[in-house]
Amino acid sequence: MCEKCVNAKYVSQKISKTRWRPVSHSSLQQPDIFATGSWDNEDNKISFWSIGNHGSSGMDEGFEGDPQLLCEHKHDGDVLDLQFLDQDRIVTTSSTGAVTIFRHHQNSQTISVSQRWPRVHRYPCDNAPCTGVVCSSPEIVTVGEDGKIIVFRADQEGVIRVIENADSSTIHAVTYLRTTEILTVNSIGQLKLWDLRQQSNSPSQILSLSGDRLPLHCVDRHPNQQHIVATGGQDGMLCVWDVRQGSTPFSLMEAHSAEMWEVHFHPTNPDHLFTCSEDGSLLHWETSTHSDMPSFLQGGRNNSMISRSAMAPAGGNQSLISTWLSGDSSKGRLETTHMLPSQTLSVNSLDVLGQCLVCGTDGEAIFVNRQVPV
Amino acid sequence: MEELDVEPAITNIPAASDGKHLGFAWGPGDILAYETLYMAPGAKGSGCSFIHEVRKDEDIYSPILRKLFNESHHIFVGLQTIREDLPSKNKKTQFVSISKNYRSVIRACMEELQQVAASVLVLQVSILLAIELIWNLCEVLFIDAAPAGPLLLHLLDWVRLHKGDVDEKAREVLQSESPAEHHDYWDVVVSYVLQGRFEEARQMLVKQATLQPAARNMYKLMDTLLSKMPFYNPGGTQTLTEFDVKWRHWHEEVDRCLQDNSFASNQHLEIICKILVGDEDTLLEHKELLSTWYHFLVTRLLFCHPTVKPTELHYYAQSCMTMFLDLRSVPEPLDSILLAAFEFDIHQVIKDCSIALNNWWFVAHLTDLLDHCKLLQSHNLHFGSNLREFLLLEYASGLFTHHSLWQLAVDYFDNCPEFGHVYLELQIERVPLDTERKALKVLRICEQRQMSEQVRSICKIMAMRALRNNRLGSALSWSIRAKDAAFATLISERFLQDYCARGTFSDLDLIDNLGPAMLLSDRLTFLVKYREFHKLYEENRFSEAAKLLLSLITAKIAPRSFWMTLLTDALPLLEQKECNVVVYLLLELGDMEKI
Repeated sequence: MCEKCVNAKYVSQKISKTRWRPVSHSSLQQPDIFATGSWDNEDNKISFWSIGNHGSSGMDEGFEGDPQLLCEHKHDGDVLDLQFLDQDRIVTTSSTGAVTIFRHHQNSQTISVSQRWPRVHRYPCDNAPCTGVVCSSPEIVTVGEDGKIIVFRADQEGVIRVIENADSSTIHAVTYLRTTEILTVNSIGQLKLWDLRQQSNSPSQILSLSGDRLPLHCVDRHPNQQHIVATGGQDGMLCVWDVRQGSTPFSLMEAHSAEMWEVHFHPTNPDHLFTCSEDGSLLHWETSTHSDMPSFLQGGRNNSMISRSAMAPAGGNQSLISTWLSGDSSKGRLETTHMLPSQTLSVNSLDVLGQCLVCGTDGEAIFVNRQVPV
Repeated sequence: MEELDVEPAITNIPAASDGKHLGFAWGPGDILAYETLYMAPGAKGSGCSFIHEVRKDEDIYSPILRKLFNESHHIFVGLQTIREDLPSKNKKTQFVSISKNYRSVIRACMEELQQVAASVLVLQVSILLAIELIWNLCEVLFIDAAPAGPLLLHLLDWVRLHKGDVDEKAREVLQSESPAEHHDYWDVVVSYVLQGRFEEARQMLVKQATLQPAARNMYKLMDTLLSKMPFYNPGGTQTLTEFDVKWRHWHEEVDRCLQDNSFASNQHLEIICKILVGDEDTLLEHKELLSTWYHFLVTRLLFCHPTVKPTELHYYAQSCMTMFLDLRSVPEPLDSILLAAFEFDIHQVIKDCSIALNNWWFVAHLTDLLDHCKLLQSHNLHFGSNLREFLLLEYASGLFTHHSLWQLAVDYFDNCPEFGHVYLELQIERVPLDTERKALKVLRICEQRQMSEQVRSICKIMAMRALRNNRLGSALSWSIRAKDAAFATLISERFLQDYCARGTFSDLDLIDNLGPAMLLSDRLTFLVKYREFHKLYEENRFSEAAKLLLSLITAKIAPRSFWMTLLTDALPLLEQKECNVVVYLLLELGDMEKI
């Protein structure tokens, strides 16, 4: 990986989340604007940055310069999660338990608060940090340390639905499985499926790690195959699950030496996976395999990384079982590359879109790579 | 304890009323001051109920300077990993490059501050300028440690780098209609000569020469003199002695021109010739162009002693400073620091910088780098650690008071072998833990350094907080992290109390899915097994349920308070076929009652 392609920009705030603004599918443009949220400051901020990729692809090397700050806005509490609702609006969740929609006015390069739900996540006598959000405009779903799942609609006051006591421990992240189903991960190593169409307050399925119940911190679903889900947790292990079959992970791979904060499948090239961690590394996982299914979905042992053996899924596909049983990894190859210079503080967040990757660290630096080999 | 060299600064607390006595308490980086009830005679009014926080170090709260701290942290960590077994030549190159990195970070901050252009920042910019000046000189003299010959060239670079206004003036002159007639023209030419930039000087002179065709020969002579001045080439084959001989020849030639009155008709060229020959009075006449005594020093060395040795520097430095500064002007701290550097008194440099600056950043990083270059004698301070460690500890302690930069301080403590661990232990417990995310990060830091006390204490804080908010699953996950059996027992008691109160279990998703974590404490195991008993009963698997109940009692993990409940649970089993098991149960319980 060309280290020269990655520049650090020091921004005087610890970055907790960073997300690319979505580009329309029709255009083949690379993304050019990303949003960041800070944490652990007395005055936290959300900011919009531009890397100036307005179609100009004539430059060599691709890194024409640092990201430029477009505008920023004060944020009450740490920004614990951030998602783009649409081209102009982002949803943020705060350590004060509030959920806010900010609107980015592109013409004047200003930001205004479009809608706010203060203190939606709370304990009887205190605020509870709201740890994760996922949205599919206009629906927004948030989760928090209070173990609640709350559903909102943008442009509607109040909340649509609250699942009280959805979890007895902290829910760390949430993602959509299907348009009406969500997945949450919590501090006792469980992956829970919720069907939002049903009125019951219990999950439709619970999957968990075998062995130690270590907290899971992040979850992401395969873009094309909706039953494949990847999670990362406190021990830095990357787990891949098949939610249709089995209640334990499909395969586990040792990835990092500390908590894994985010895991992302590449949205258009899902043979590529990215993870970032408290240990300061950002890994790019790439599989190349002769079969249709990437090797880390073939389950079981993996020669290039040390892994713990996973339970073979019952009633699984014959070829999958045979791969696992024979311990044959010649059918697939899994390569991992570090994408950052070593010795950075924790990488808290990453996002990848097209050929561009952005990540933020506790060293108050943002790294942008415009030539990710996907 | 040494004497203070300067008077301590006085800070007024504006909100405190007149005549009130102030009490105070020291913090790690600041003082808390408050008004006491004691009223001196003549004092009026009721007291103010505020507490004032007096901070010495404003720098860490400046957003632009924060980048300095972060970037230099990155360089610092990289420096610590340079392997000891590298040959010293390679190490020196690396150290010089690290020094340059530090300086470029300072410059980047300076440029950004200058762009902001607020009036309060002017002081900040000048401090950074001074810091970079001192660091650059230390790099030239201590780290690069050039011998006679290259030494002067490095000093020339140093002066040129820190006198940027020459280029500005030159640009102004060149952009004007007729550069040779600009009122600053000769100032620019002389400045170039004073800095040893003869190429530029010659190019400027050409413009004047074309305007005065009658004096062509004079200008040609000057051009020749300028072009023939020898500069030592470090990479070449010429030895220092050969260079010295060549230089003396050239010097004599210039002197001859002066004696011959070759430039007598042109006042400006005459001045330049006098400068080239190293005439002190002429140099001193151009004080505004030189603007600093160290520029004067380097220029004088250039034209009088280009083969100056490092050990001879301080003679010239002292005399130049005396000559340049008026008797009336007070030497500034910067001057004495630079003088100490020319005297190769590293400790004095560090000491003076520590006093003059309000932030330990500069001295800590510079001392660390010099220590890596093995330039500091390790003499122990009264506090037991060496100078480098002392400064790093002070700097890192200051960082720890910052709500966000505390994470950087951890790496600094890691690299203080004697006291770093202890300092970290004391400081890390004071980091406020508002969210689980932050607590996890702090925990990771503690676990990586085997600080088990702190791990337990943090987990207990988080678990208690979760328990207070009725988040039993969170509380349990914290106990599991700390392997805190006692707390797990406490949580299980809560669950069991809940059950007794309400008749059902709460948080079934937790109890049913604990896995091997249930073995953390006996009570927890009992809880999980008891729930299992209920599940078996509901599924009508009575024999298994009865067996489980029996094993719970015989294994003696059931708490006494729960025996009545267990007995009550056993009663319905009497109706089932498993009577004999139940009878046995009752006998067992009866047995245990006797104990």
